[in-house]
Amino acid sequence: MRSLTDAADAAAEAAAAKAPVPRVPPPRRLHISARSVPYVLLLPFLALFVVFGVFPLVFSLYLAFQSWEPTSGLQAMQYVGWDNFAFALFDAWFWKAMLNTLWLALASGLPQHLVAIPLACFIHASFPRLRNVVLGVYFAPYITSTVALAIVFTLFYSTDYGLVNSLLGALREWPLVGALLPAQRIDWLGEPQYIKPAIAALVFWRFVGFNIVLYLAGLQAIPRDLYEAARIDGASALQRFRHVTLPGLKPMIVFGVTLSVIGGLQLFEEPFILTPDGRGGSDQAGMTAAVYLYRTAFDFNDFGAASAMSWLLFVAVALATWLTQRMFRSAR
Amino acid sequence: MPRAPHPLPDRLRRRLVVGVPAFAAVAGRVRAAPRRTLVIAAFPAVDKIVQAAVPAWQALQPGVEIKVVSRRSSDHHVAMTTALSSASDLPDLFAVEADYIGRFALGRGLEDLRPAPYRIDTLREHFVPYALQQASNPRGEVVAVPSDIGPGTLLYRHDLLQRAGLAEADFTRTWEGYVEGGRRIKAATGAYLLAHARDMKDIAIRTGLAPGEGLYFGPGNTVAVGVGSPRFVRAFELAREVRRGQLDARVSPWTSDWSEGFRRGGIATQMLGAWLAGHLNNWLAPTTRGLWRAAQLPEGAYAAYGGTFFAMARASSAESKALGWQFARLLTTDRTLQLAAFRQHDAFPALVDTFSDPFFEQPIPFLGGQAARLVWREAAQRIAAPAIHKQDRFAEEVVNTELDKVLLQGKDIASALGDAERLLQYRAHR
Repeated sequence: MRSLTDAADAAAEAAAAKAPVPRVPPPRRLHISARSVPYVLLLPFLALFVVFGVFPLVFSLYLAFQSWEPTSGLQAMQYVGWDNFAFALFDAWFWKAMLNTLWLALASGLPQHLVAIPLACFIHASFPRLRNVVLGVYFAPYITSTVALAIVFTLFYSTDYGLVNSLLGALREWPLVGALLPAQRIDWLGEPQYIKPAIAALVFWRFVGFNIVLYLAGLQAIPRDLYEAARIDGASALQRFRHVTLPGLKPMIVFGVTLSVIGGLQLFEEPFILTPDGRGGSDQAGMTAAVYLYRTAFDFNDFGAASAMSWLLFVAVALATWLTQRMFRSAR
Repeated sequence: MPRAPHPLPDRLRRRLVVGVPAFAAVAGRVRAAPRRTLVIAAFPAVDKIVQAAVPAWQALQPGVEIKVVSRRSSDHHVAMTTALSSASDLPDLFAVEADYIGRFALGRGLEDLRPAPYRIDTLREHFVPYALQQASNPRGEVVAVPSDIGPGTLLYRHDLLQRAGLAEADFTRTWEGYVEGGRRIKAATGAYLLAHARDMKDIAIRTGLAPGEGLYFGPGNTVAVGVGSPRFVRAFELAREVRRGQLDARVSPWTSDWSEGFRRGGIATQMLGAWLAGHLNNWLAPTTRGLWRAAQLPEGAYAAYGGTFFAMARASSAESKALGWQFARLLTTDRTLQLAAFRQHDAFPALVDTFSDPFFEQPIPFLGGQAARLVWREAAQRIAAPAIHKQDRFAEEVVNTELDKVLLQGKDIASALGDAERLLQYRAHR
C-alpha cells in the first residue's frame, strides 16, 4: 500500500514540476535608509513632544496676543497686540502673586537644602544598612497623593480642632516658650499672615525627601580616600564636612537648588489645595503666580491675559535660573 | 434525469443564497441595536438625577441610549469650557451650576433656546421667574433651561434661640435685630451667630437690589461698588459689627471647622440655599436632627444660592441638539421626575407646576417637623436675579479681600470700598 501511495505522490510531483510556476511577486518591504532609522525611531517621541510640548507653547504665545472668550470657540479670538502684557504688568494682583511666589520659593526652598544636606550626611554615615528604609520614609511625602495631603493638612491646620493648634496650646503651658506664642488659636488658612508659612511648611515637608535622595547620591560619588586623607591630616568632623563633603556635593547642590528655584517659582499644587476653593486665601496671601494665571484663565475667563502672564513668569523663571547658575559659578 | 435549468444564473443565485440571509441578519441586528447614544455631562448629584430619568427617556426614545459623563463640579465646568472653546468632544447636553451660568451665558458658545424648535418662551410660566433670568444674557438670549434652584433660607438652631430667649420674628425682622440676637445667643450659649462675617456681607449686598440691577456693576459698565453705594456700606458695617462682637466662627463653608461647628452646636445660624437642610441631615450634622428650623432671610431679603441648568453647545449638530433638547425638556418639565429629584436629592424644583404637590406641605423631621418647603416655595417665587457681568467673579473676590482687610486689619470701610472700586474700574473693560 505504501509503495502505491509513494508512486502516486512521485507522479504528482513530476506533473507539478512540469507545470509552469506562477511568478509570485516578492512581498513589498518598507525600505528605510540607514540615515533615516534614528529619525524613525525618534518619531513616537517627537510626535508626542510636538503635540503636548511644542503646540501648547506656540498656542500659548499666540493666545498672549489675543482677546478670547473661550466658551465662544476658537473663531472668537481677536488680535489685541501687546495689550495683555501691558494689562499684566500694571495689574496689582499679578505683582502681589509674584511677590507671594518669591516669598514661598525662598521660605520653602532654602530650608529644604539647609536640612537635606546635613540629614543626608547623617543618614549616609549612620544607617549604612537601613539607609534605603530611612530614605523611603523621607521620600514618602514626595510620592503621596495630593488629595490625601490636602485632607490631612487641612485637618492639621484646623483652627479649633487641628493638631498644630493643639500642639501650640500644649506649648503655651511651658514657662518660657509659652510667652513667645500667640494667646489665641491661630487661623492658619484664614488669616493672611499665617497662610504663607502654612503653605511653606507643607512644601518643605513634601520636597525635603527628594533633596535628601539627591544629596545621598552625591555623597556616594565622593571618594572615601579623601575622607581618610583628611582624617590622617587631623581634620575634625566639621572640617571634613566643610572641606571635603561640601565641595564634593557642589554639582548636586547646583542641580538641587536650580530645581528648587524652578519648582518654587512654578508653585501651584500646595497653595491650590490648602486655600479654600484654591483661591489663595484671604487677601490672596497664598496666591502664587501659577495659581493666579490659572484663575485668570478658568475663573475670570481671560485666557489672553493668563497666557501673557505665563510668558512673563517664564521670563522670571529663566532669569532666576540664570542668576542661580551665575551665583554658583562665581562662588567656585 | 437532467436537472431543469434554474431561471436565475448560477452566480446571481449563489449571491442571493448567501447574501439575503446575511443582509437579514445584519438588518435585524441594526434594528435591535440602539441607533444612537446621547451623551450628557454632569456632576454629582445631578448625574444621579439624570440616571433616574433614563427609564422615562427610554419610553420616549427606545433607540437612544443615555451615557452620563460625571466629573467633580469644578472639573466638569473646566471640561465644558475646554470643549466649547475647541468645539470638540462636546456632549449632547450638559449641566451648568448656577455659579457658572452667568459666565457661560455671556459667551457665544451656547445654543439660544428662544427660536424654534426650542421656543423656551412658551415654557416661561412653568419655571420660577428668576431662574430663566439667570440663564439669560444682555443680548436677550436664553441659553439654558433650569432644573433645580436654591432658594435662600436662614437655618437656625431652635434650641439655642430658646435658650437665649429669642423668637424667630425678633431675629428676622431687621439685620440689626439679627446681630443683636447673635449677641444674646453668644452670651447665653457661647455659640457663634454665623460661620463667617462674610456671609452677612454676601446677603446684605443683595438686599434692596432692584430687578435687573447688577450686583457689582451697573448699566454702561459702571462700577456699583464704592463708598457711594449704601448697599455696600451697610453690608460692610454689618459684617464689621458681627466681627467686633465676636459673633462669627471665622470659618469658611465646606471646611472641616464648618461641619464640626454644626455638629457640636457651635454655629447657631447659616444663610444658604434650602438644599443645606438636606446636607445637614445626610452627612454634615445628622446628630442635630430636630434641632434646626428654617426661616426667610432677615429684613425681607430674598436670594438664590446655587441651582442647576442644562445647556447645549451651539456647535453641536442639529440632530444632537434636537435630542438633547428633548431630554432637557423631559428632565426639567416632567413633574414626576422633578419631584423625584426633590425627594431623593433635595433638588428644589425650578418647575412651578410641582409647587402644588402635597409633598411641599409635609413636615421635615430634621427641621423638627416644620413644613419648611412652604417657606422655600415662597422665597423661590420672590427672588429676582441680578444682572450678570463678565467680571462678577473677580469683583466678588475683590470685595471679599477688602472686607477681610476691614475685619482683620481694621481698615477704614470708606478706603476699603474706594480701593475695591479702583481695582474694578481697571478690570471692568477687559
